Amino acid sequence: MREELLAIIEKNSRIDLKELAIILGVEEADVVNELAAMEAEGIICGYHTLINWEKTSNEKVSALIEVRVTPQRGQGFDSVAERIYKYPEVRSVYLMSGGYDLMVILEEKTLREVSSFVSDKLSTLDAVLSTATHFILKKYKDHGTVLSQKKEDEREKITP
Amino acid sequence: MRNPLADKVVEIKPSGIRKFFDIVSEMKDAISLGVGEPDFDTPWHIRDEGIYSLERGRTFYTSNAGLKELRQEICNYLQRKQGISYDPLTEVLVTVGGSEAIDMGLRAMINPGEEVLIPQPSYVSYEPCAILAGAKPVIINLKAENEFRLTAEELEEAITEKTKILILPFPNNPTGAIMERKDLEAIAEVIIKHDIFVMSDEIYSELTYKEKHVSIAELPGMKERTILINGFSKAYAMTGWRLGYACGPAEIIKQMTKIHQFAIMCAPTTSQYAAVEALKNGDEDIAQMRTAYNQRRRFLMNAFREMGLECFEPYGAFYVFPCIKEFGMTSEEFATRFLEEEKVAVVPGTAFGDCGEGYLRISYAYSLENLKVAIGRLEHFINGLRSKEK
Repeated sequence: MREELLAIIEKNSRIDLKELAIILGVEEADVVNELAAMEAEGIICGYHTLINWEKTSNEKVSALIEVRVTPQRGQGFDSVAERIYKYPEVRSVYLMSGGYDLMVILEEKTLREVSSFVSDKLSTLDAVLSTATHFILKKYKDHGTVLSQKKEDEREKITP
Repeated sequence: MRNPLADKVVEIKPSGIRKFFDIVSEMKDAISLGVGEPDFDTPWHIRDEGIYSLERGRTFYTSNAGLKELRQEICNYLQRKQGISYDPLTEVLVTVGGSEAIDMGLRAMINPGEEVLIPQPSYVSYEPCAILAGAKPVIINLKAENEFRLTAEELEEAITEKTKILILPFPNNPTGAIMERKDLEAIAEVIIKHDIFVMSDEIYSELTYKEKHVSIAELPGMKERTILINGFSKAYAMTGWRLGYACGPAEIIKQMTKIHQFAIMCAPTTSQYAAVEALKNGDEDIAQMRTAYNQRRRFLMNAFREMGLECFEPYGAFYVFPCIKEFGMTSEEFATRFLEEEKVAVVPGTAFGDCGEGYLRISYAYSLENLKVAIGRLEHFINGLRSKEK
């Protein structure tokens, strides 16, 4: 049931528990227990909302920053990653394979906020060797959801 | 002027669905639970393969029986899913949807006056195709008390010396009924005893929610007397691609291929290339769609229980078939009033045979959100009917 439950709430975390139990064919109490267990195990880390900020007509931007760093003795990349993710303006930090080490994502910042973060905070860290900042121009699809279009049901209304 | 028409064709009743369709299409704001096709788009990797085949200029005919590669993949699939082995060169015909396979199969096998057994409620095309092939259709009325499965007794009772073919439409449209192995074993025994053939329409084989689909062709002694019909429409959400297939004894497939060659030439080439991709890499898509259908099925069954609407639990296809006899209306009256008063379209059970009287076909090839709205209106409607009775 776990995988099916996760697949449902990943798309719709606002679904009510009774309905979840019905469509999974289990008792409501089982759903409650399973959710609590997965929260405790850190499998479920939050119930967020997918927002298309472009539609809110603010002038903010999102940036992906590729960061090359020197791993720290005994701690690898973890300690430098921590120094970076502790900044509240950082949305995500991933350790990457390939040409750079950390992918740092800032969302909904002004251009000035992004540049000051990169030049004053990120670049000045001792472990950071270089950064490359990319601005997101348009989001087409996020978290598996296509942001731009709503699809109409074009099927014939009655078919055998 | 002379009568331009063939009597045989004029005498065929128009599909019961057609009439309803005309009413619904005039109502702009109606919501529908009336479609017999998936709400999903064909998975992208399959569509992409179709597009790629066009880009490569693969716009020619294929061999009459279908691309060899596709026939091979169909055989691999049936081996993998049902454990039946067919020879791709002689025992497979790729058709324009499962519907063409039904037509070709009947035309290839029927001599004038031979009888075709058609369990109903079932898909609308068996009876007219049988008539056009020169057969006498013999209807077996399935019963709600048997969960609309075909029993050996019902079959035995319908067989005469002229019986040639039994059409076996499971998982069933419109009832959602399935036949489990034990049910099929009982049927197979009767079939073999009377030396008749089976046309097994398994187009919904991937959509079962209790146990894996069993084909009657898997049973001992049955492969040689079964035409297995399946296709891509329901499993891979590929209705508009018009692609299906028939597998069976080489001598029958050979004759079907002959008529197919003259009538159709070959199934659409683009669709055939896309279908190869579907069979090779589509198992995960099927599993995901099946999970979604099953969630909706559970939602509907629960909603019916809560509103006290009688319905046996169907384990196949994407239909539920609730009973509306308590309201003292015919299926058509109920469906028409429901449409007029609540603006929701469902299909009267009678569109699938007279014994569908007292039932409605409700499709769950819709998102949960849509189903919720429609079912809310159904509840409002039947509560209204019940309060008037009091």
